[in-house]
Amino acid sequence: MSGGMGSSVGGLFRRVGAMMRKEFLQLLRDRVSFATMISIPLLQLVLFGYAINTTPRHLPTAVLAYENTALTRSILAAIENTKYFKVVSHPTSAAEADHQMLAGEVSFIVEIPAGFERAVRRGESPSMLVAADATDPVASGSAIAALNALVDTAVKRERFAVEGGPEGSGLESAPPAFQIITHARYNPAAVTQLNIVPGLLGTILTMTMLIFTALSVTREIERGTMETLLAMPIRPVEVMLGKIAPYVLVGAGQALLIVGAGRLLFNVPMIGSPGLLTLLTVLFIVANLSIGYTFSTLAQNQLQAVQMTFMYFLPNILLSGFMFPFAGMPVWAQWLAETMPLTHYLRMVRGIMLKGADGTDLAQDIVALGAIMLVAMFIAVRRFRQTLD
Amino acid sequence: MSEAADTLPQGSLPDVPYAIEVEGLSKSFGDRVVVRDLTMRVRKGQIYGFLGPNGSGKTTTIRMLCGLLTPDSGRGTCLGLNILTQAREIRRHVGYMTQRFSLYADLSVRENLEFVARVYGVPEPVKAAKAAVERLGLSGRDKQLAGSLSGGWKQRLALGACILPSPQLLLLDEPTAGVDPKARREFWAQIHELAADGLTVLVSTHYMDEAERCHEIAYIAYGELLAQGTVDEVVAGAGLFTWSVSGGDPAPLARELSALPGIDMVAPFGSSVHVGGHDAAALEAAIAPFRERPGLVWRRDEPTLEDVFIDLMSRSKDNFR
Repeated sequence: MSGGMGSSVGGLFRRVGAMMRKEFLQLLRDRVSFATMISIPLLQLVLFGYAINTTPRHLPTAVLAYENTALTRSILAAIENTKYFKVVSHPTSAAEADHQMLAGEVSFIVEIPAGFERAVRRGESPSMLVAADATDPVASGSAIAALNALVDTAVKRERFAVEGGPEGSGLESAPPAFQIITHARYNPAAVTQLNIVPGLLGTILTMTMLIFTALSVTREIERGTMETLLAMPIRPVEVMLGKIAPYVLVGAGQALLIVGAGRLLFNVPMIGSPGLLTLLTVLFIVANLSIGYTFSTLAQNQLQAVQMTFMYFLPNILLSGFMFPFAGMPVWAQWLAETMPLTHYLRMVRGIMLKGADGTDLAQDIVALGAIMLVAMFIAVRRFRQTLD
Repeated sequence: MSEAADTLPQGSLPDVPYAIEVEGLSKSFGDRVVVRDLTMRVRKGQIYGFLGPNGSGKTTTIRMLCGLLTPDSGRGTCLGLNILTQAREIRRHVGYMTQRFSLYADLSVRENLEFVARVYGVPEPVKAAKAAVERLGLSGRDKQLAGSLSGGWKQRLALGACILPSPQLLLLDEPTAGVDPKARREFWAQIHELAADGLTVLVSTHYMDEAERCHEIAYIAYGELLAQGTVDEVVAGAGLFTWSVSGGDPAPLARELSALPGIDMVAPFGSSVHVGGHDAAALEAAIAPFRERPGLVWRRDEPTLEDVFIDLMSRSKDNFR
């Protein structure tokens, strides 16, 4: 027993060493896993480092101008000069402007009433209305704050403009020349939960649905049951539909739970139609299940399937507008985000629950989500091999 | 892909004398040729043994027959259906039992059988599964998870699942590997019953005693079919003459003998050694000096199937290299 201690310590190192060596060999052999280990940190760092911006600028703004004069143009230029606003549309009616906000196309509506310039010149101090989509208080907050500073700048310009104008200098003694009234729509109290809870609905569904199906085909391969399944008279599309269907119910149950809890615990309202939300939630669930299924057919084992899911899930969370304002991202990141179901679903669920959006408001996102689903299904069915070749 | 294939038509298969008829099948993975120019015919209602060493291409051939692998070249039919173009119809009428247990370990015996019955469109799947459970003698275990069954019972369940949709042809890939002798014997009794009912069975195996239970056998090594026919035909066709010697130390004796010209096959068998050659005279000349040795008992012997296979294998290895 005298040599026991020394040899057992030596033995420990030898055995741990043998184990380590074996693990490294296996790690290196799984090329996909190895590649993800390198690419995840790099890709995600670059992607999110450049894309994420918590104080978004250039927020899409609709200008509903009932007059187009030198003064209103100057005011709009001043608004854009704050860098927080970017005029993207000129709706011709209040209804059209509201529709754009419900659809999530614009975050602000600047409304300039008719006879605005005349009222300013008369020293009536008229008001222009800025309606903000406050469902995401983080995104709209700094822009609203910037508006207050804007009045001063605009007034200076205004003085200058009016001094050189035909009606003389009567205005200098009557500040402010006009007022900006901001109206925080949908979430006037700026309660963060109102925005987060519907967002969580989308995020949780994405995560669970992806994982469920991502493992489904690889599990069959790893357990050896795939060979029997392939030898049976069943078509790939039948396998896929049969594998996806149970999780649609699971997902619907989860959605019900989250919406119910959101209402009970955080008073998250349901302004729009619950029926429409249910329908679109099912569409969203199926889209995610199809994507998970596609991963499942691409991955060689369950580990790879999980890695792919995470690779995909992270940008979904970070770029979709769940964690950081969508409008704050550079255009390329926005385009990337448009390919993700969560981006579209967030607009739908926030639109329906918080703003009362209807099907026509969300038509673009519905079409996009449906297209993503079909593409994923198509790839999955094409990828599902009917042979072991 | 026709709609007719969605039901279970029994009479709709082409009436051909051979259940399997393939010609020139080849398959490579990368630059490794696994099956080379394989031609074979299996008459309906026969038990056809498929023999060969590990890695000889047996599993690959079976997978090509049921459409799980696409041959690189060659053509053929399974139950009169083209293996290249009618794989889906073939699957409906072929029961394939994989080498590794590949039913769902986390489903019970009955759930597995019901799944199979439903996928194949067996009428009244619940009843069919229940009947299969009873037929298999698994009545007490129908709620047990398939993964927790012992090797013999797993094999029995797998076979039960294969024959549940009433296939015309069974492809069994080493079905008795790792199964105890009693279960093996019962298994073969069942195979013979099925064949008597008109089912064709192609079964791959390593066991010589199992080969002798087959109506016909084929021997494949290194991707090539080396012999085909009844056991007697294969043994006779090998043209092998054998002697058996006992009384010495088998290992050094075998080493000494295998170096001699005229001796093509040397195989120790317990305390004796089988010695074989293709030229009877050359063989006798080679062993003549040894027959003088005291203590050695030489006996003229009939070649066994195993002798033939070992000889075929060593010869094909030589050709292969």
